[in-house]
Amino acid sequence: MEAQANTAQTAAMPAKKRRKNKISRRENNWRGWLFIGPYALIFSVFILVPVVLAVILSFTNFNAIQFPKFVGFLNYITILTNDAEFMKYVLPNTIIYAVVVGIGGYILSFILAWALCNLTKPVRTVFALILYSPSMTTGVAMTVLWKVIFSGDQAGLLNSWLMELGVITEPILWLTDARYLLPIVIIIGLWSSMGIGFLSMIAGILNTDASLYEAASIDGITNRFQEMIYITIPQMKPQMLFAAVMAIVGAFQNGMISSMLVGNPSPGYASQLLVNHIEDYGFLRYEMGYAAAISVVLLLIVQLFSKGANALLTEKDPYGKAKSKPVKVQTEGKVIK
Amino acid sequence: MKGRKINPKRFEIGQLKIILLILPLVIFMGMPIIFILNHAFKPMEELFAFPPTFFVKNATLENFSKLIKFSDSSGIPLSRYLFNSLIVTAVTVGLALLLTTMSAFALAKIKFKGRNMLAKINQVAIMFVSTAVLIPRYLVICKLGLIDNLLAHILPLVAMPVALFLVKQFVEQVPDSLLEAAYMDGATDLDIYLKVIMPMIRPAVATAAILVFQQVWTNMETSSYFFSDDSMKTLTFYMNTLVNANNTVAGQGMAAAASLIMFLPNLILFIILQNKVMNTMANSGIK
Repeated sequence: MEAQANTAQTAAMPAKKRRKNKISRRENNWRGWLFIGPYALIFSVFILVPVVLAVILSFTNFNAIQFPKFVGFLNYITILTNDAEFMKYVLPNTIIYAVVVGIGGYILSFILAWALCNLTKPVRTVFALILYSPSMTTGVAMTVLWKVIFSGDQAGLLNSWLMELGVITEPILWLTDARYLLPIVIIIGLWSSMGIGFLSMIAGILNTDASLYEAASIDGITNRFQEMIYITIPQMKPQMLFAAVMAIVGAFQNGMISSMLVGNPSPGYASQLLVNHIEDYGFLRYEMGYAAAISVVLLLIVQLFSKGANALLTEKDPYGKAKSKPVKVQTEGKVIK
Repeated sequence: MKGRKINPKRFEIGQLKIILLILPLVIFMGMPIIFILNHAFKPMEELFAFPPTFFVKNATLENFSKLIKFSDSSGIPLSRYLFNSLIVTAVTVGLALLLTTMSAFALAKIKFKGRNMLAKINQVAIMFVSTAVLIPRYLVICKLGLIDNLLAHILPLVAMPVALFLVKQFVEQVPDSLLEAAYMDGATDLDIYLKVIMPMIRPAVATAAILVFQQVWTNMETSSYFFSDDSMKTLTFYMNTLVNANNTVAGQGMAAAASLIMFLPNLILFIILQNKVMNTMANSGIK
């Protein structure tokens, strides 16, 4: 109401110079849209529209040549009842992978972040760089690297080491033996899981309030573990949540490791994850309606997990609320409060 | 003395325990990186040495020159792919930074209808898995007539919700009083954006640049699915075909060189900007 009155007033008195000192002026909606418009446009075309299209396509039978034919929930029913590979390999693989790499990687990155924050800055910087660099090793670099390490003949790095140590006598065919594929993909996933979520946690821990640690030691907190549970974590929940979202997205997105290492479909579907299954149906079998349905399932799963993380990490916490303080940021010599 | 142990200023014996505890993991994570650096410079006899070696003994640039020679003999020279990659990366990073900072300014500092909704949508979109919508994206690119157009490399990667989120969080830290003073002096929105906001959010811009760069530089999906004309594809794609197609003796050396070429820019950029990245991450929390 007030905003409308304000608009009417400014319109009625054009001669009067508009108040420039207020950042918040309702009558100038276009100002905001002017700045966000270009991003919003590209976001809509390449993120929003594809998601909506995926949902629509998931209810059709589409082979990329003929016009899509509406089939109702058939694709979803097929996923649940008639896709043997999905139920037998893809779903269990994805769950195992997501639990180990998502949750395991998340816990690992927190422990490492916390350990690094207990070290001096030079040591911390070097260690953080080493731990972060695998997450930059995607695509070609990753493929070449792990193919050499897991090479199946006796000239493979891992085989050669294990034979030297006497653990094995015959070289193991790491990348063709179905038994080893999922564990290998999981190890590579874990290896590359210290991404920006990990950096966020380091920053979160470093920004916790110093005085609280002193207060806590007076209150009888004696060891680092107690400190971590009662002081550190409640203060850095926003960062924990950001890292959790990153971990979840990473855990479901990274299925490409398998495709790049052993091709798609992987031998015996041993390391086939949801993303590989989408690629398999969409671009190898051209059953795009069905692939879209799997995509929708994937997006829903990611949303669901994120909601869970959200509920877990933004619970009403009297300590966290009371202790939150504005973060000081050092920018180019100026301090922003 | 008990008390604050986070971010210690000096080295103490207690820290040694922590270093020893995490050292095995740090070595495990770091070893493959050291391996990439060494592998690319190995001469032929070391690449196929038995037992295989980890470190390079007689470093040589042989693999790199072979890589260049090989691509010269194929139809499209390496320089063409490199040119594509450089153009695509530069334009995408530039465009993404421009659009991301502009929207971050709007979302953080301008009150307008739909602002909260847009911020919310972007936050949900952080969880967006791009590989999941490859097919609809392909259809969109087709409809726009962008198949085999360099824009198909660029546009899909310009809008990066995580980058916008991080920059927005950072812009929010710029005090309102500063902007109000500037508005009082008659500054327009554009002035504020260029002269007040941009100089103050350099760390966030650096972080966004790294994130976008990593995505574009290593991206293979656009080349694989949106292009049929080989001369329009990127270096990443070429390196990848090279690695997969040449399981020959010579191919191994080229693959090692290729992996280093693809990895090094990421690493160098991060080392240069890591301080700014850490600064940005302090505001990364989702509340």
